[in-house]
Parts: sequence; C-alpha cells; structure tokens
Amino acid sequence: MVLNNIENLLEKYDNAETTLQEEAQLRAYFSSEDVAPHLEHYKPLFVYFTSTQQEAFTKDVPLNTKKKTRLYQWISVAAVAVLMLGIMIPQVWDNSPKTLADYTPEEQELYNKTKNALAFMSANFNEGTSSLNVLEMASDNLNAGIYKASFVSEFGKTTNKLLK
Amino acid sequence: MTQADFVSLVMPFKDKVFRLAKRLLVSREEAEDATQEILLKLWNNKQKISDYKNVEAFSMTMTKNFCLDRLKSKQAQNLKIVHSNYQDNSHSSLQKQVEARDSVDWVSSIIETLPEQQKIIVQLRDIEQYDFAEISKMLDMNETAIRVALSRARKTIREQLTNTHSYGIK
Repeated sequence: MVLNNIENLLEKYDNAETTLQEEAQLRAYFSSEDVAPHLEHYKPLFVYFTSTQQEAFTKDVPLNTKKKTRLYQWISVAAVAVLMLGIMIPQVWDNSPKTLADYTPEEQELYNKTKNALAFMSANFNEGTSSLNVLEMASDNLNAGIYKASFVSEFGKTTNKLLK
Repeated sequence: MTQADFVSLVMPFKDKVFRLAKRLLVSREEAEDATQEILLKLWNNKQKISDYKNVEAFSMTMTKNFCLDRLKSKQAQNLKIVHSNYQDNSHSSLQKQVEARDSVDWVSSIIETLPEQQKIIVQLRDIEQYDFAEISKMLDMNETAIRVALSRARKTIREQLTNTHSYGIK
C-alpha cells in the first residue's frame, strides 16, 4: 500500500505535479533504510537533495568597509579647505601699500628720481634710433647701385656673344 | 538599519544564496565570493531594503543574475570543479557507503549537465523547497513554464540515474 502510494507520488513527481508536502514524504521514504529494490536508483537523488540542504555559507562578510570610505571622503574635504585658506589668507591680511600716496615722502622722491632717470635714458635711445635711419638710407642707395650694375653685366654678356 | 538588524535579516537565506551560487558556479570559492558580493550589495543599499516586499526573493533573483553574469564573463574561464560535500550515514557497510557516495556524486554531476534554467529551478524547488509562486516571482516566469522545465529536468535526472544504476554507464 505504502509502496503503491510512493510509486504514484514518483509519477507525479516526474511531471512536476507534487506539492511540497508530497515531496517531503518522498524524501522521508528514500532517506529510510528499507527502500524497495526496484526504486533503489531514486535513493541517491533524494539523499543528495537532503544532504545539499545542509551546506552553509561560512565565510565572514566585511560589512564595515563603508565607514573607512567615509573617513577618506572627509580627508579630501579637509585638504581642499586647507588649500583654500592657504590661497585666501595672504589676500585678506595683505596690508602692503597699494597707491603712490601710501608711500613715505622719501620713497616717493626716490620713485620720481628713478622715473626721471629712466625717461632720460629712453629719450637717448630714441635719438640713437633716428640716427640709425641714415644707415638705412645708405643701404637703399647701395641696392639701387647694385641694380644699375646688373645692366653693365648684361651688356658684357651681349658683347661676348658678338665677339664669338 | 544597524549591522545586527541586517545580519538577522540576512541570516535565514544567506545559505540559500550560497547554495544557488554554488549550483551555478560549481566552485566553492567562486560561490563564496558571489555570496559575499550579494550580501555587500544588500548592505550598501540598506536604506532601500524596507521598500522591497520580499528581500529573500529579491536576493535570490540577484544571485541568479549575478551568477549568470559571472558565467558569461571572461573570468569564468578559470572556474574549477570541486567535489560535493556529501556526508553518509555511518551505519551502512563500507561497500554500501562507497556506492552511495558514488551515486550521490553522480546526481551532482548529472545536475551539472542540465541547462542553467533547469539547474536553477531544480535548486530552488528540490533543494530549497520554495513553492511555485515564489519561484515564479524570483525568476520572473509563469508557473506553467516552471513546471514544464522542472518536469524535464527531473525526467533527465531520472533517466540518467537509471542508466547509471542499471548499466554503470556514466
């Protein structure tokens, strides 16, 4: 009777029509010692199912990694803040004089003297440049002469041809 | 959500995730890495966890997708096959133990040869004992398709097991 029942269940099992309870029944039957000889080959299947169920995940999962990355993020924020302060501070606390009026009279006098000296130098430079213009003119005249001389060489060539 | 809350939420199904990963990836190390990856993904999205209706089903779907991706990726080329961890009951004779152990390994290697879809279904139904409604949610398939695939898988296993049993052909 039990055997008949099991055979029916196996038939249903193969067609994937068994309920979970019926499958549990089959597992219970095949994990017992007295299995009918002609059903012996089903045994490893159900034994395998039962044994595989025991397998467990034993490895530890490191869940704390999140905190570390947060710390790193804040370090970068701090670095940026320090950098910004480094750029800002010299500008904010900078009280060196900005215009001529801020300087002492001695410094102003020194500044004017230097300015005059530089202006004098620059005037002399300009003079020098204008005298250089004369040289430029001479070079122009030279070029014109060379051009004229080329006529002479042309004339020489034709006389040579005639003499031949 | 604190770490303790998370652990107690994940505890009931982390082994199932691992076994499904092992079924698909075969190697124990690969499966451990995959499980770790899945749990970390859950942990990183812990704010959203309360929105999921069924965290377990969601994790199983995630595991399935993750493992199939792994199998497709190039890294999967060096997957290795590792022995199953079968434990025999000690009161049968040595001969019987060896035989039983052998046939149980056969079951494992037969399931190995099934298409991935069937492998997953056999794993979820016969080993983890989910009902069809849950499986259909996890795999996004309708129940009839699951029944058909399961029936095919079971018949293939039965056939091969019978062959091995009667003729000793592997």
